[in-house]
Amino acid sequence: MKLLRDTWLMFVRYFLIFIGNPAWVIIGVIQPVLYLLLFAPLLKSLVHIPGFPPGGAYNVFVPGLLIQLGLFGASGVGFGLIDELRSGVIERFRVTPVSRLALLLGRAGRDLLTLIVQSIILLALAIPFGLKPTWIGVLVMLGLVALIGLGMSSLAYSAALALKDENSYAPLVFTLSLPLLLLSGVLLPLQLAPDWLQHIAQVNPLSYAVTAARDVFNGNGGSIDVVKGLAIMAALAVVGVAIGARRFSRAIA
Amino acid sequence: MIHTRQLRRTFKGRRSTVEAVAGVDLDVTGGQTFGFLGPNGAGKTTTLRMLSTLLPVTSGEATVAGCDLRREPAKVRQRIGYVSQEGSSYSEVSGRRELVIQGRLYGMSGPAADKRAAELLETLELTDCGDRKTKTYSGGQKRRLDVGIGLMHLPQLLFLDEPTTGLDPQSRARMWDEVRRLRESGTTVFLTTHYLEEADALCDRIAIIDHGRIVAEGTPEELKREIAGDVVLVGPEGPPERARDVLKGQDFIRELTEEDGALRLYVDRGETAMPQIIRLLDGAGVTLSALSLHRPSLDDVFFRQTGRSLRETAP
Repeated sequence: MKLLRDTWLMFVRYFLIFIGNPAWVIIGVIQPVLYLLLFAPLLKSLVHIPGFPPGGAYNVFVPGLLIQLGLFGASGVGFGLIDELRSGVIERFRVTPVSRLALLLGRAGRDLLTLIVQSIILLALAIPFGLKPTWIGVLVMLGLVALIGLGMSSLAYSAALALKDENSYAPLVFTLSLPLLLLSGVLLPLQLAPDWLQHIAQVNPLSYAVTAARDVFNGNGGSIDVVKGLAIMAALAVVGVAIGARRFSRAIA
Repeated sequence: MIHTRQLRRTFKGRRSTVEAVAGVDLDVTGGQTFGFLGPNGAGKTTTLRMLSTLLPVTSGEATVAGCDLRREPAKVRQRIGYVSQEGSSYSEVSGRRELVIQGRLYGMSGPAADKRAAELLETLELTDCGDRKTKTYSGGQKRRLDVGIGLMHLPQLLFLDEPTTGLDPQSRARMWDEVRRLRESGTTVFLTTHYLEEADALCDRIAIIDHGRIVAEGTPEELKREIAGDVVLVGPEGPPERARDVLKGQDFIRELTEEDGALRLYVDRGETAMPQIIRLLDGAGVTLSALSLHRPSLDDVFFRQTGRSLRETAP
């Protein structure tokens, strides 16, 4: 009960701070929109290559793009925390009886909501280009994005708490998210990759999310890959939250 | 209100272990304003962070606001307020909103938190800027808001870490008034400072910490008396030998030195020594051209205890 109350208080705080700067919602969407405009058309000529997944260029690319949005959107959240850490706010909260888990979940909840809103905007923008969404597809897709957002933002907060400094946080996050992106099959389907690359990609949890997202968008809602993708993302979220909660409850010396 | 026995905190580095706080015993009575004095790196903030549950204790015992620090940190948190050195408000949020969420986190209802926040903004003279983002605040306004945040839930005990560092003289005077008002309202205040005049002006009791150890503890008056009581400067007309012979060997004079034709006497209590000196010299027919009483300052105390001047070590 206390956890719920504290999480809600924290969520409202960070939501109001975010609303104070609505530009960030748009800035977060601009990058994926650019991919949609300037990259996705390239895929149209690849659709007939053997191994390219069925469903057409946009139904293959947009689900991956949403996973990328989740990854990049969540990895940037640590900057705000470092800012707050420096201004002494986090230390101040830690002297209050507030639930330590709520300090994490309130923020992550705000991040999650932002990602969902951005995903819906992106999906709506993709329809004129030729995306053919299904209701079940959109629902599972948003579920995947939410789980990635929760897991990744918790990990990003842990990194921010550990490093306490933008100058080391930024390179770490960008260096880690690039291979995660390249090995996820977002840009080009991994079916086109050589075997060794496919093997490496298997250790990247995000590649399962991309596969699941594509499957469910192309009418295979009940496939084992969809269940696997959701399960792996759920596990990622649990692990992320556990690590983040531990970080928040430990001394920030 | 605060009792510690052999409180200790060590930090493990890659190569060596640093003992930041090396066995501190403190006794702070309820209602007091207690000053914790020392140069940077002496262990002030580390002690404060332990007492406010932010930093785990390496060893030793402590009760804070009636609760065991190590066994009941949640109860301690409910009863104390803590104002850190770095400040505690976020630039993108208004002062009023910072106060309200602080109250809510201590379990206050929405209307109760709103009411208390309005009260605090009023007493701290922040009503005019209460609804502006804190990035528009002056240094003094920001610091007063920090204190307000610490007081939101009416704690019995307030920790203030260097409340006036970096403030201009006017804002400092304003903050001193605030601390005095807290004392009148019965709140126990535990503050750290490296300004001696601040400790002297505000505190009922003072502890001096250096290299993680308490080197002196007492009321400002006791500490100053400990150094060698008061100093009396005697300037006789003509050569000082006659006056020296008269005063030498008197029980109430601890120490006597001669400089530039004048005598410097260290006495326990200046106010009783002065009439005696006058009587003795008058009786011996020595005329005086100057006589003055000088009270040792906390600077003298600090110098005596640590061998360094606090002003040299302050940033």
